[in-house]
Amino acid sequence: MNYATDPGITLAYLVAAVLFILALRGLSHPETARRGNLLGMAGMAIAALATLAHPAMLLSGVGLIVLGVVIGGAIGAVVARRVNMTALPQLVAAFHSLVGLAAVFVAASALNAPQSFGIGTPGHLHLESLIEMSLGLSIGAVTFTGAVIAFAKLQALMSGAPINFPGQHKLNLGLGILLVVLIIAFVASGGSQMLFWIIAALALALGVLLIIPIGGADMPVVISMLNSYSGWAAAGIGFTISNIALIVTGALVGSSGAILSYIMCKGMNRSIINVLLGGFGTDAAAAAGPAGAAGDKAVKIGSAEDASFIMSNASKVIIVPGYGMAVAQAQHAVREMSDLLKGAGVEVKYAIHPVAGRMPGHMNVLLAEAQVPYDEVFELEEINNEFSTADVVYVIGANDVTNPAAKTNAASPIYGMPILEVDKAKTVLFVKRSMASGYAGVDNELFFRDNTMMLFGDAKKMTEEIVQSLGK
Amino acid sequence: MTPAQLADQAAALAHKATILAQNAAGFAAQAAAHAPHGAPLIDLFAIFVMAVFVGYYVIWSVTPALHSPLLAVTNAISSVIIVGAMLATGLKGGYAAHAFGFIAVLLASVNIVGGFLVTQRMLAMFKKKAK
Repeated sequence: MNYATDPGITLAYLVAAVLFILALRGLSHPETARRGNLLGMAGMAIAALATLAHPAMLLSGVGLIVLGVVIGGAIGAVVARRVNMTALPQLVAAFHSLVGLAAVFVAASALNAPQSFGIGTPGHLHLESLIEMSLGLSIGAVTFTGAVIAFAKLQALMSGAPINFPGQHKLNLGLGILLVVLIIAFVASGGSQMLFWIIAALALALGVLLIIPIGGADMPVVISMLNSYSGWAAAGIGFTISNIALIVTGALVGSSGAILSYIMCKGMNRSIINVLLGGFGTDAAAAAGPAGAAGDKAVKIGSAEDASFIMSNASKVIIVPGYGMAVAQAQHAVREMSDLLKGAGVEVKYAIHPVAGRMPGHMNVLLAEAQVPYDEVFELEEINNEFSTADVVYVIGANDVTNPAAKTNAASPIYGMPILEVDKAKTVLFVKRSMASGYAGVDNELFFRDNTMMLFGDAKKMTEEIVQSLGK
Repeated sequence: MTPAQLADQAAALAHKATILAQNAAGFAAQAAAHAPHGAPLIDLFAIFVMAVFVGYYVIWSVTPALHSPLLAVTNAISSVIIVGAMLATGLKGGYAAHAFGFIAVLLASVNIVGGFLVTQRMLAMFKKKAK
């Protein structure tokens, strides 16, 4: 009997799918999120156990499955426990790649034993199953290598700089068309092994080619997009093996990644096409225009003592963290600083730009890790009106997201990007290692304003010095 | 009608019924062989489209502060692909299918356990202001 027609097992898959929806629903608030996560785990357990209970399961097969789960689970547990919170984007990219690769292997397995899934016999698979299978296979393979490249860029195994070459987009387009042709040939062949692996190889190559032109700082979009791909790959496999848990989950994850990509692109005022074509942050410096004269203008340079004096005399301080804080691992020092300020009666809040960091929500997790209460942390729209009432803004490791040129200079590559309006505060303290521009290659005119004080140094060291000075 | 005739007729009828039942079974087997799935494609597609809409509304309600846990947990749940891997490994199907299935089970397990645990770790750090 075809397993998909067993009502008991189908019901279990339905329950799992509902639990997954509730798991995502829980994430609407930090207080309900943990329970949601537990529901997700329960859903996964139900789906897995129902599958194991299938009457046609071979005993040897069950042994093999348990072995795989134990080995894989142990690796997953160790990694999840050990990973540094700063390295989360890499971890998520690595996980994306595994979903993609798993989809490729399930497709390969279904091609070799179609009777297990009731989709035909080897070499004579049903037409729609072949279409679904080749979609799952190619999206899975693109996800795999794409995520591996994203991982390598985030882990600094390769340069985060975009890799461009002449004719790049034409090549990708040509390969994309070739992929479609091959899929048609594969479907017409009734499931040729050779064509299957050629499609896999081509899709693997395409995954690499699609991600290399995208720069390191666009990784929040890439990670969200690969998240979406992994969902669609799962749904494709779900259709192939008629599994509703997989179809529903694939649809949920696919839309999740698509929405996150949209939010990230909106946060940079760029279209998804613009991000995907890549190359951002290389030639942008030339377009920056008048700001190139940075050397002529004077900036005010301050010390940690100056900063601590200014902040301890303030009544309201807003901290703006960016990727630089994550790189310097300065989040704990920042929290100590805000504790001392709060102890002295200063109101402290945090403002987070949607694209701060290397993945959506990255800064929130780092601040949470440093035990900053989540009700002190605000999103751009929530806090942007408050900068005018702040005495001091402490910008640590962020740059482009504060640049007023996004509103005033139509020639700037970041023009139109929503920014945190830190320039409205009485004093802006900028922690930076040097005068180098942000990843967009644009100078920040904020540095040269009268109410701005530059604090040159490593984000962590500078903040620790301020903490010492405040403690005196 | 004598009892003997009646018995003969009943026997003939039973014989016919047997043949009919055999035919029906044959047709059913043929139909089953032609039916590609447990559920027709259009039903599955309807479920898929509805799930995309559910996903759309559920994901927009996720607070931006929890976007990182969202990525991690979607990773974990999309590894429900393990059910396909388990069937490939556990049902009769030959060495190649079993080997591919086993690798997929292993990969998906890394993701499921890793994804849920790292989500749990992240969420445990989100705390409210101590009053």
